[in-house]
Amino acid sequence: MYVAVKGGERAIDNAHAWLGETRRGDRQVPELSLAQIDGQLALAVDRVMTEGSVYDRELAALAIKQAQGDQVEAVFLLRAYRTTLPRFGYSLPIDTGAMRVRRRISSTFKDVPGGQILGPTYDYTHRLLDFSLAAEAPPVAAPMAEDPVDDTLPRVIDVLGREGLIESEAAGGDSPVGDLTREPMAFPAGRDLRLQSLARGDEGFLLAMAYSSQRGYGHTHPFAGEIRMGEVTVEFFAEELGFAVELGDIAVTESQMVNQFRGSAEQPPQFTRGYGLAFGRSERKAMAMALVDRAMRAGELGEEATAPAQDPEFVLGHCDNVEASGFTQHLKLPHYVDFQGELELIRRLRRKDGE
Amino acid sequence: MTLSPGFDQPVADGQAVFRGALDALARPGSVVALTALPPAPAPLLPAAAALVLALADVDTPLWLDPILLSEAVLGYLRFHCGCPIVAQPSQAVFAVVAEPATMPPLHCFALGDDEYPDRSTTLILQLPALEGGPEVSLAGPGNALARRIAPAGLPAGFWAMARDNHALFPRGVDLLLVAGGSLLALPRSSRVEG
Amino acid sequence: MTTATGYNFAYLDEQTKRMIRRAILKAVAIPGYQVPFGSREMPLPYGWGTGGIQVTASVIGSADVLKVIDQGADDTTNAVSIRRFFARTAGVATTRRTTEATIIQTRHRIPETPLREGQILVYQVPIPEPLRWLEPRESETRKMHALADYGVMHVKLYEDIARHGRIATSYDYPVLVNDRYLMRPSPIPKFDNPKMHMNPALQLFGAGREKRIYAVPPYTKVVSLDFEDHPFEVQRWDDCCALCGAADSYLDEVITDDRGGRIFVCSDSDYCTGRIGP
Repeated sequence: MYVAVKGGERAIDNAHAWLGETRRGDRQVPELSLAQIDGQLALAVDRVMTEGSVYDRELAALAIKQAQGDQVEAVFLLRAYRTTLPRFGYSLPIDTGAMRVRRRISSTFKDVPGGQILGPTYDYTHRLLDFSLAAEAPPVAAPMAEDPVDDTLPRVIDVLGREGLIESEAAGGDSPVGDLTREPMAFPAGRDLRLQSLARGDEGFLLAMAYSSQRGYGHTHPFAGEIRMGEVTVEFFAEELGFAVELGDIAVTESQMVNQFRGSAEQPPQFTRGYGLAFGRSERKAMAMALVDRAMRAGELGEEATAPAQDPEFVLGHCDNVEASGFTQHLKLPHYVDFQGELELIRRLRRKDGE
Repeated sequence: MTLSPGFDQPVADGQAVFRGALDALARPGSVVALTALPPAPAPLLPAAAALVLALADVDTPLWLDPILLSEAVLGYLRFHCGCPIVAQPSQAVFAVVAEPATMPPLHCFALGDDEYPDRSTTLILQLPALEGGPEVSLAGPGNALARRIAPAGLPAGFWAMARDNHALFPRGVDLLLVAGGSLLALPRSSRVEG
Repeated sequence: MTTATGYNFAYLDEQTKRMIRRAILKAVAIPGYQVPFGSREMPLPYGWGTGGIQVTASVIGSADVLKVIDQGADDTTNAVSIRRFFARTAGVATTRRTTEATIIQTRHRIPETPLREGQILVYQVPIPEPLRWLEPRESETRKMHALADYGVMHVKLYEDIARHGRIATSYDYPVLVNDRYLMRPSPIPKFDNPKMHMNPALQLFGAGREKRIYAVPPYTKVVSLDFEDHPFEVQRWDDCCALCGAADSYLDEVITDDRGGRIFVCSDSDYCTGRIGP
């Protein structure tokens, strides 16, 4: 006689135990420490912090370890932890103009005040597998510059601003900045919520969207006005003290794209901006974000919006990999009740056709 | 000035009061006794205080009628809920009225809009009693048969306003009538008859 | 009040619970309308019941008795996982008996045993918007709900009839709530749709990823869309349950061999067990 499947609880426990053993791998091989992940898989940590919306290298390293290097799973772990944290308030805006720069390049001018600074970049590396790394050879020492980098490097894009050739970007004033971790997205979405969503968005998805906008699905005609990476100070205004206190430094990558705009009845031809910001060294993400940000401004700038990257409901509705991964993978859950309904329907329709 | 304490057990009491409100809204007109009542500063009734403590916080602007704007009540709500007090009924997510005779018309509160009818005020109305007043009956979601109710102390013209409020559906305010430690809900979905 | 896990009672922090509770109250006051809420990331994936879990976590108290079903059964892995989540984080009593539960969280089914007043049925909802397949834009569907403009859904159902001679929707069959809002009954089979109508229990719907909560209060009119010449009808089977003999329950088809052998058994495991007897 048929007996319904039972014992789900034990099966789940056993599966998790097996996962734990699989995660550890060969016990003859030394276990990874969080410091190793933080130090030697630093870009993975940066991405998980960015999309996980938590700046904490140790927690991100733990998430990566727990997820066996699966970045999307690690982002999910960090997000689920984040929601349980108490909220004390919102920090003051960071000032990327005061960044302690480690990297700063512009593709729009040959030279800029303060100079072009390559920093620790993969650009111009020849992508040859480096077998000396497999042999764990120590790195070549990087020489120190003779002169320190200027304390504050002016933003390249401000040069265009002084000539009035690029749209000015005023601060939002007193209107409150939205927070989609507290209130759900509503459309049309303001730029504050769009940028927040993009910053948390999946790098792969944004990369593909940005790429599509460069290939004619949307017309962004971008130039990399400036990309800078380095440390900025986070400050919090303490009501009870009456002044701002420094909470610490974080590393960020900022990307400002310069785009053509032919002008409209109200506005003369000028350059427009796309903006990207990500934690750590996340240059691909910051650049993709800036392109998609600009593409989504099509409606506001009176451009014809025809491409996916120009459609905020499409982009913002699908860029979150925690949402996308969960819903795509939920198809693994049993659906046999609904499937039975479909079976019954198909059989009935075919019976009717055969009549 | 000493501050009245809030809930004895904030987590459990908040849940119990919410369930009371949920039960009341799910069965409009039925009288629900709240089991967790904080000692509230007069003229704020314990049931009204319980609802505000359970449901309001820094994210929910609160409107109070003039008699409630005392230092004792304001200090109590600021401390226990931290909700901003607003001057206009139309800005309020929650409102408490202690003197129904002089209350603003219902349409002065936030009514929501056609696309977001949920962006509307929940109005807590303090009454001398939930029984013994003129009878009306409520029909609509939550009631299999029309339910007779007779809250006391409602101002003249209140039921005409309640009918107009229902006519706005899906817009409109939702009312929680309280007396002592009990409440009775009159959501916008309820049709007032008789 | 904390539990052994180090998290707050029922996992969510109190501010989040208040936000969700406010959304639930508005949902009950506007039957069938989808209230946006600030859905949180939960420790279970989106699409796996996070909306239902957030609703249950906001409603549940220590005196409640919780039942969790998936596909009608208490033993399915995700039902086991969610029941365990609440046993751990809220320390509440759990049950498999529909009659003993004060809160029933469900995915894809309404129990066969009639619910009673005071019970709360919490549905896990993947896509709350009934018009989503017809109009993917939230900005458009919101206008359609504002105007109660549901013509596109009638056209869709009518096209089914023109093509197949009947309405070819077997689950997630759209309903009109309280004569006003078109509502997606989460993907329950249409077999269960009539149970929503004038049900004595409170029905709450949570869509975590889509960040919407909606409700059907007790004793509320819930009508499955149909046409006069093509009235709404539910699934029927030629077979009855191979375990308990029920002819009135929703049946799962079980493949018993690779030669076409199959039997049908109740999808509602508690109903089936109750009929077989102790």
